[in-house]
Amino acid sequence: MPATQDKSNSPVGREMKRIDGPLKVTGNATYTSDHNFPGMLYAVPVGATIANGTITKLDTTDAEKMPGVKGIFHRANIGKLFRVAPNSDFNAFSDEDRPPFEDDVIRYYGQYVAVAVAETFEQATAAAQAVKVAYSEKKPNVEKQLTADTKVKVESERGDAQKAFDAATIKLDATYVTPAETHNVIELHSSVAVFDGTAFTLYETTQGVVNHRNVLCQVLGVEPEQVKVISKFLGSGFGSKITPWPQSAVAAALARKLRKPIKIVISRKMAFHAAGHRPRTQQRVRISADSNGKLTSLQHDYLNHTSLLDDYKENCGECTKYLYSCPNLRITTALSRRHIGTPTSMRGPGAVPGLFATESALDELAIKLKMDPLQLRLLNEPQKDEDLNIPFASRHLIECYKTGADKFGWSKRDPKIGSMKRDGLTLGWGMAGAAWIAERFPAEATVELRNDGTAKVATGTQDIGTGTYTVLAQILADKVGLSIDKCEVVLGDSSLPPGPLSGGSMATASLIPAVSKAAEKAIGTLLNAAIKTPGAKYFGVDQKDMKYTEGRVHKKDEPASAGLSFQQVLDSGNFKFILGKGSSPSTFGGKPESSKHSYGAHFVEVTWQEEIARLRVSRVVTVIDAGKIINPKAGRNQIEGAVVMGIGMALFEHTNYEPTKGAPLNSNLADYILAVNADVPNLEVHFLEYENKDLNEYGARGIGEIGLAGFAAATANAVHHATGIRIRELPIRIEDLLADV
Amino acid sequence: MKLFAYEKTSDVSDAIKKTSNSDTAQQGAKIRFVAGGTTLLDLMKLSVETPDSLVDINRLPLDKIETTSDGGLKIGALVRNSDLANHPYVKSHFPVLSEALLSGASAQLRNMATTGGNLLQRTRCVYFRDTAYACNKREPGSGCPAIEGENRTLAILGTSDSCIATNPSDMNVALTALEATIVINGPGGERAVAIDDFYTLPGSTPHIENVLKPGDLITHVLVKAMPAGSKSVYLKLRDRASYEFALASAAVIVQVDAGKVSRARIALGGVGTKPWRAIEAEKSITGSAATPENFRKAAEEALRNAKPQSQNKFKIELSKRCLSHALKLATTS
Ligand SMILES: Cc1cc2nc3c(=O)[nH]c(=O)nc-3n(C[C@H](O)[C@H](O)[C@H](O)COP(=O)(O)OP(=O)(O)OC[C@H]3O[C@@H](n4cnc5c(N)ncnc54)[C@H](O)[C@@H]3O)c2cc1C
Ligand code: SF4
Repeated sequence: MPATQDKSNSPVGREMKRIDGPLKVTGNATYTSDHNFPGMLYAVPVGATIANGTITKLDTTDAEKMPGVKGIFHRANIGKLFRVAPNSDFNAFSDEDRPPFEDDVIRYYGQYVAVAVAETFEQATAAAQAVKVAYSEKKPNVEKQLTADTKVKVESERGDAQKAFDAATIKLDATYVTPAETHNVIELHSSVAVFDGTAFTLYETTQGVVNHRNVLCQVLGVEPEQVKVISKFLGSGFGSKITPWPQSAVAAALARKLRKPIKIVISRKMAFHAAGHRPRTQQRVRISADSNGKLTSLQHDYLNHTSLLDDYKENCGECTKYLYSCPNLRITTALSRRHIGTPTSMRGPGAVPGLFATESALDELAIKLKMDPLQLRLLNEPQKDEDLNIPFASRHLIECYKTGADKFGWSKRDPKIGSMKRDGLTLGWGMAGAAWIAERFPAEATVELRNDGTAKVATGTQDIGTGTYTVLAQILADKVGLSIDKCEVVLGDSSLPPGPLSGGSMATASLIPAVSKAAEKAIGTLLNAAIKTPGAKYFGVDQKDMKYTEGRVHKKDEPASAGLSFQQVLDSGNFKFILGKGSSPSTFGGKPESSKHSYGAHFVEVTWQEEIARLRVSRVVTVIDAGKIINPKAGRNQIEGAVVMGIGMALFEHTNYEPTKGAPLNSNLADYILAVNADVPNLEVHFLEYENKDLNEYGARGIGEIGLAGFAAATANAVHHATGIRIRELPIRIEDLLADV
Repeated sequence: MKLFAYEKTSDVSDAIKKTSNSDTAQQGAKIRFVAGGTTLLDLMKLSVETPDSLVDINRLPLDKIETTSDGGLKIGALVRNSDLANHPYVKSHFPVLSEALLSGASAQLRNMATTGGNLLQRTRCVYFRDTAYACNKREPGSGCPAIEGENRTLAILGTSDSCIATNPSDMNVALTALEATIVINGPGGERAVAIDDFYTLPGSTPHIENVLKPGDLITHVLVKAMPAGSKSVYLKLRDRASYEFALASAAVIVQVDAGKVSRARIALGGVGTKPWRAIEAEKSITGSAATPENFRKAAEEALRNAKPQSQNKFKIELSKRCLSHALKLATTS
């Protein structure tokens, strides 16, 4: 019984303000660290000040005597914490598998060695600083040059890439490097843990309440029913909150140990140590073409650093496989171990650093071919996914390129280095393509129709600041035919029907089918109630003759206005609410019938003022092919935000691990340079809205990450056009542009 | 952060009395004045400064900007950076000072930061700010990891084998070009010190940064009027467009007569262990035609003795371009 609506007044596809906006701007949105409980204690971790060695002595005597201190906890006294079993699904996975305090070995700077607990945050901080730790210290390895420490794996291969490369005359062999980056989310990682003697309620900064619950119950050694994870609002995650970090297990363990609510908010500095980061990548690209510009070979051999114990792979070859038509291709990967905390996903993991390499290489190849870089891409557009040998579900990359070129004015580009000028500044114009996966996680949701005339959707996902509350309200409003203000959205609680991670730009796409089915179920049950309520208007009518239109129940052969509101149906049957459940499976696993991705193109202008070595991004046009955009306001915001991050990635951001102690030296927001408002020019964003229904009925894919993909390459390509200097290692710094003087 | 005592005072001599028992007025002082607190509290949270007691001077009657009879400025030590930068007379008659202030920090910080506090802001050397590392400035004799390590943003002028830390202030560069005078009131009475004599070079004692002694309170900064017909510019170069310390900056005040530079005052920022007065550049450009070649020549002179470290060689060229361009802007504006 699909609730087919008159789409003209559907809120799907409309510009919508965030429904949680008023709560946020009035300070009434309760973020994790806003939770307070009677008797609550504050915990502050003590981080190792070495990156390689062992603890030889932990002296807590002075710290324990300090005012307000309730104890200093560590391996010997915090209680047992367990590991998470290996998990290939995304429902119980962690990045840092070793639970805190498992042994006395230090493997990265800032690794927790103890935790101070006190009545106030200040007391706990002072006590943490007073804990004396002695180490037997060895030199850490935070070397920037990466070499394979694990077996080199071939990820994808077709034809004979090396042979074709050797035979080619037009070719490039270059290595590209992206540095470690730290997410620097505005809301620091925090945990507030409450233990009632049996069960835990954990208020967490997480991009996956269900995953977090499934990990924490294992770490704590309790049943899933004994753990509830709450995350109502998140001050962004960018991947750094997909999996739990040590502060979460520590807060829960302390709550159990001390039978008091525990709050931990880590510092900005600690967030550089033990809360994930994008690892450094080193990517060798060998690419060749015939004299017409048709690619003859592409090899992408990449390494990324990871921690000593965890195998985090930055999937740099993800897009390489299917982005270009090329008969001979080979992608390999391996890991390089460092005395650095475990890396994790950061916005667009894999594709973002990967595309910096391949989309820079294409630019370099175009120059060798004396060909417009846009033309080179058009020439090598594949007709099918050559990796999986299946058709593309919906690929409009050429249109992205052409639309972007048109809006940007690309045809006016003079390829000669440094030839374009405006107001005394040298202009550089560069472009690059972008791609990102389009998949679904498994998802469940419930939809309620309630006797006050409102509807509610509930699912165990979370809004990480991207607008999930609003998008779900729009989908619910569409499905049950109500206005947005009558639609309530309940998220951020692991006891709700399991919802998707907010990761991989997949939450919206995953939830559409589940919410849709739940709404259908609820409507079916409602119609059933209408015909089964003795004495009611439609008592005894055959259900197949009934219909639901925009909140009203009526017979198919009468107009909706002649029927009853669902509220009337509920009242006449004396129902408080009617509930429908829906679920939809994941798209992972098995061989897909079509290759599903989103695509995009960036056109970037930089200005270069040589006399003062000043480089700025001055104009950006981005075109995104991500299917239906449910909320263009939120959608544009995602792409613009990603481009701002892209400016940071291209020009500023890097986490700087110092070689003697292995510490990230720039572990604060003054020294870790991010783009600020003044660095951001006018950003133009266009969406191509091809509604391919392979993923869900609206044809909506994800938009959270693709805006960052390819951007750094487009910028580096623009910088080359302006200066003639090819930067293959990010960020592009002033000294690189002054290197020849 | 260590526990500390906190007192307020609204009387200059009381403020002096309260701090005169401090062991030093330099790194590690046990008694400290606190003004805007944007440097001091930051360092206390990092345990880089661990005073036993703070004397809050925000109530002292030193928050006025006065014009002197000869057209100069008398700036109270507690005048906020925002107020000084946006003062109409400062904007019109000392644009270099206003520009320098507005290029620094953020609006919120400038609202708190004071003139006296800005004069005494500390280096941004990462090792100085992290007690896990040795640092001669923080703990005399412990060593200088920056020389072999992270020194991209550190100094190339005025360095020593003990310390290569930069004085990061923008305001101080403008005040150096303006040849400001720092008025100090202390247990021994009042004295006036030329800004160039106020700061000391690191030498073998990088923990001593200026001439202040226990009890010394900066009360005012005096600035003489720029000669009629002078033009001034503050140019700041850095990685991002805003909210970052200078990699290189230049404050220039020039007079041009018949195409020739007749007077020049030049100071460099982001490159010196103290706000760097570039006398050699002033000499080079004075009497010369206001041409790009001569500006570059002056810049070459200014950086002649620059000593680069492993990561900051580019700052020599950057500083030269900065100064050349600032001279160009000042002579064409
Ligand atoms: C994130 C950040 C970014 C910044 N960026 C910049 C920048 O780009 N450019 C720039 O120039 N600056 C920058 N600053 C530094 C800022 O300008 C200084 O922190 C500020 O000027 C200090 O003034 P205050 O009044 O807050 O000093 P306080 O912190 O109160 O005092 C600093 C020191 O001066 C002493 N003191 C204060 N007043 C007196 C007095 N009257 N007599 C004697 N001693 C006194 C105190 O005892 C203390 O030791 C930045 C600061 C921060 C935190
Ligand atoms: S440069 Fe100066 S401040 Fe930095 S570590 Fe060396 S001694 Fe300390």
